[in-house]
Amino acid sequence: MESEAGRAAWPRPVRPRLPGWLAYRLQRVLAPNAAYRRLAGVLAGSPAAYRAFTATERAAKGAAFGCRMCGQCTLPVTGYACPETCPKKLRNGPCGGVGADGSCEVFPDTRCVWVVACERAEREGRVTDLLLFQRPVDHRRAGRSAWVSYWAGDDADLWAPAAGTGAAPGPDAAPAAGSGPGG
Amino acid sequence: MSVITGAGLRARLASGAFAVTAEISPPRGADPGALLRKAEPLRGWADAVNVTDNAGAHVRMASWAGSLLAAQAGIEPVMQLTCRDRNRLALQSDLLAAWAVGIPNVLLMTGDHPKFGDDPGAVPVFDLDSVQLLWAARTMREEGRLISGRALTSRPGWLIGAVENPFAPPAGFRAARLAKKAAAGAEFVQTQFVFDAAAFGRWMAEVRDLGLDQRCRIIAGVGPVRSLRALDHMRTGVPGLYIPDEVDRRLRAVPADQVADEGTRICAEIIEQVRAIPGVSGVHVMAPGYEQAIPGILERAGLARRDPAAPASALGGQHAH
Repeated sequence: MESEAGRAAWPRPVRPRLPGWLAYRLQRVLAPNAAYRRLAGVLAGSPAAYRAFTATERAAKGAAFGCRMCGQCTLPVTGYACPETCPKKLRNGPCGGVGADGSCEVFPDTRCVWVVACERAEREGRVTDLLLFQRPVDHRRAGRSAWVSYWAGDDADLWAPAAGTGAAPGPDAAPAAGSGPGG
Repeated sequence: MSVITGAGLRARLASGAFAVTAEISPPRGADPGALLRKAEPLRGWADAVNVTDNAGAHVRMASWAGSLLAAQAGIEPVMQLTCRDRNRLALQSDLLAAWAVGIPNVLLMTGDHPKFGDDPGAVPVFDLDSVQLLWAARTMREEGRLISGRALTSRPGWLIGAVENPFAPPAGFRAARLAKKAAAGAEFVQTQFVFDAAAFGRWMAEVRDLGLDQRCRIIAGVGPVRSLRALDHMRTGVPGLYIPDEVDRRLRAVPADQVADEGTRICAEIIEQVRAIPGVSGVHVMAPGYEQAIPGILERAGLARRDPAAPASALGGQHAH
């Protein structure tokens, strides 16, 4: 059973290799500004440059977080643990099958992405981030650069506050344009 | 066609009277009689009966068809719908279909991973997660819109339910996760099997602190252990299910021919214990392959039969004690 799951192409929980405090600090470096917006514009106009940039992003985020290039990065509000590495790709919290020791039900030799996310968010004082409602993924954006989208302002409605949970958008998270649950 | 209006479970939960739901798995076959034979013993005992959706990632007759058969037989169904086998287009169209054929209640969940099923090579879809599906359903019902934003020509009216596991890590996040589901659209929740009433009580305290029991009715999942073989399977083979050592000891202490009886006794005791916890609105009895034991368990727990012929006021009086 285990070796079978080990061979499968299902997403597999990846333990972030970058400590939470460092990830949040780097996030500030990547925060959108005029220069980044200009860069996003340039990259959008040059397929070759866009490809090279995206390859760099893939390598960096792959090494740090096991990034699978969904193109809609939720890391800033999930404790910098990637929910796309959950075998069920759950963006709004853990499933009910987490082992008593915090293990993933599909890959018991790994820890549940959301158990890790909760620990990291708690340590950095970002627990309310986890209560945000994460909208359905746009599968057209798979393989695209999430950084370029972020700088271009295309990520504004990835998540929204959920009423009655005490969740507030993170400092760098633009509030959603549309209506979320209870919103 | 169906005479079910959804008055049963919805009215029971709205009235504040203690609700009872149960669960059946459709057959691995095309015989409607096989489904009805499982549902029939529950008539008059449960306010509504869940019909599972390829539970454990094992292929069965579709939950919508099982729900429709139950409704046509006068047994109110709760149609389970998982995100494992369908993308968002199919999920939304199945939800519309459910209301169109007279299914009054839906239970929206992520679903077990194909790894645990009879065909692990199947594609795990998980296009939406359970919270997103709850939000989609609520938006369809309240705003008459699909996820895409397109307007519906008429709105469905189901009662929307969710599931939660109070016992699984991350500890301290499970009540908050239910809050997220309630905010997304869940009006009631059925929990994973409760075998540890004290641990369940601690989770309920968190739920009450968030005021969640006022926004989302809490129905505690319970069920009997039928045999020592079933016990071993439940302890090791079912993700997210926790059975305390004390229950294990009690079941192993009795002679083999009395394990089933001890299992139903423990289940009835747990029903009485969770019923005494403030904010618990009902119990959900799960006994896969052992549905005929459910009436006896309910009787043992002091939950009298709901006579479908009796007037509603008499029912209320019967269960308000």
